[in-house]
Amino acid sequence: METQKTALYDYHKSLGAKFVPFAGYEMPVQYSSGIVDEHKLTRSSAGMFDVSHMGQLSIEGSEEIAIELEKIIPIDLRKIKLNQSKYSFLTNEEGGIHDDLIVTKVEKGFNIILNAACKNNDFKIISGSLKNKFKITLHENLSLLALQGPKSSQILEKIISGVSSLKFMNGNKFSYNGEEVYITRSGYTGEDGFEISISNKLAEDLAKKLISQNVKPIGLGARDTLRLEAGLCLYGHDINKSTSPIEANLKWAISKRRREEGGFVGYEKIKSDLNGSLSRLRVGIKPEGKIIAREGVKVFSDDGNKIGSITSGTFGPSVNGPIAMGYVKLNFSKPGTKVFLEVRGKKHEAKISELPFYKKRYVR
Amino acid sequence: MSEKKYSKQHEWVTIEGDVATVGITAHAAEMLGDVVFVELPEKGKNVEKEGQAGVVESTKAASDVYTPITGEITDTNQSIVNDPGAVNKDPEGAAWFFKIKIKNKSELDKLMSKADYDKFAKENPN
Repeated sequence: METQKTALYDYHKSLGAKFVPFAGYEMPVQYSSGIVDEHKLTRSSAGMFDVSHMGQLSIEGSEEIAIELEKIIPIDLRKIKLNQSKYSFLTNEEGGIHDDLIVTKVEKGFNIILNAACKNNDFKIISGSLKNKFKITLHENLSLLALQGPKSSQILEKIISGVSSLKFMNGNKFSYNGEEVYITRSGYTGEDGFEISISNKLAEDLAKKLISQNVKPIGLGARDTLRLEAGLCLYGHDINKSTSPIEANLKWAISKRRREEGGFVGYEKIKSDLNGSLSRLRVGIKPEGKIIAREGVKVFSDDGNKIGSITSGTFGPSVNGPIAMGYVKLNFSKPGTKVFLEVRGKKHEAKISELPFYKKRYVR
Repeated sequence: MSEKKYSKQHEWVTIEGDVATVGITAHAAEMLGDVVFVELPEKGKNVEKEGQAGVVESTKAASDVYTPITGEITDTNQSIVNDPGAVNKDPEGAAWFFKIKIKNKSELDKLMSKADYDKFAKENPN
């Protein structure tokens, strides 16, 4: 399959981006100043991320959508308020995760943001489940720009008036150059920020305006270090088809009513995990020294038994040290538990850690 | 000190007497991005030409460092272990990796000049 490019490809190039193939797209992994600088800049000021490779799906139709969608997404979609966003997932028959997503209630129905690598399969799952009752569209003509960092609000307010009054995990329609854009206050960095859904035609114009306000472009490299410090999962690594949301420590993303009532795909496994059959848990893991434990590294107990493995690991620029996430047997999941990580044949001491590694600064 | 020589694994070498100093090239450091972790061989270890003799990690990935020369490790640069970012700042100077007692001087003949390496790096960016 030919690699795709986002509407901002040429603009990234002009900004000095280094590209990598990611989920079928040529995406900027970093710009000239490097991942560590980009990471720190996002934490101290504001960074712009092109996340147009992600899927932007809309479902339009009657009030009945919520009832139908609840069969595959385990949150309370009947009670979600207009313009409210929720993190959730598409579950599979085995109680695993097809994809994680953000669903937002809008006037005509729901908007869902999907992972790039999963979006076409998600579209099939969602349209298959909803039959032909509603209008389901995966919008290829829309770009998605994320603006993240403590200065995001004051900067974006200058360009699009009204955005600073949005609450975290809420969105609304705004106007930009005479065109309607949909903006949510959300992100994937542990910082305050926004995600702006805008036509491909206007995306570069907005990107340039942001850059002119001293916003720096940020690549996928820093996006990964930022999200890992914030303790957020990366689909295909920390969660996948065979991890249940309960194992993944994402119980909070299943509404209470849905945990009790079920009525969604994979509920049996999830219910049994909730009722004590849980055997492993996703945790934060902090190596004691400088060693970086990456995906696939085995985790051992103090007495030498294998108790799990790492699913994401890197150097956290704001933590100023190595950080990781992974799954360990339940009785080793308590923060502070001493474990060992086998890197290049040698075992290195580490501790189970609270998540996030870096404290979130969301505006509630 | 001798003229700097370069290997196809993107290491540089300078020679003083029978001791070679080895580091990674500016091109390699640029390709790696921000270096955040360095692991060096132990002093006294015998290493074989093109064998693994260290690890360098960026935020993105881990890469092996190879020795272009066979011999015994006589010294290692602990300052880059403590401050891995130094590898990006001065890869072909202060951020040398290890010193090695040369076993077979003829190995040096196989290494590239700066001009040849620059051409090689351009054609083999990774």
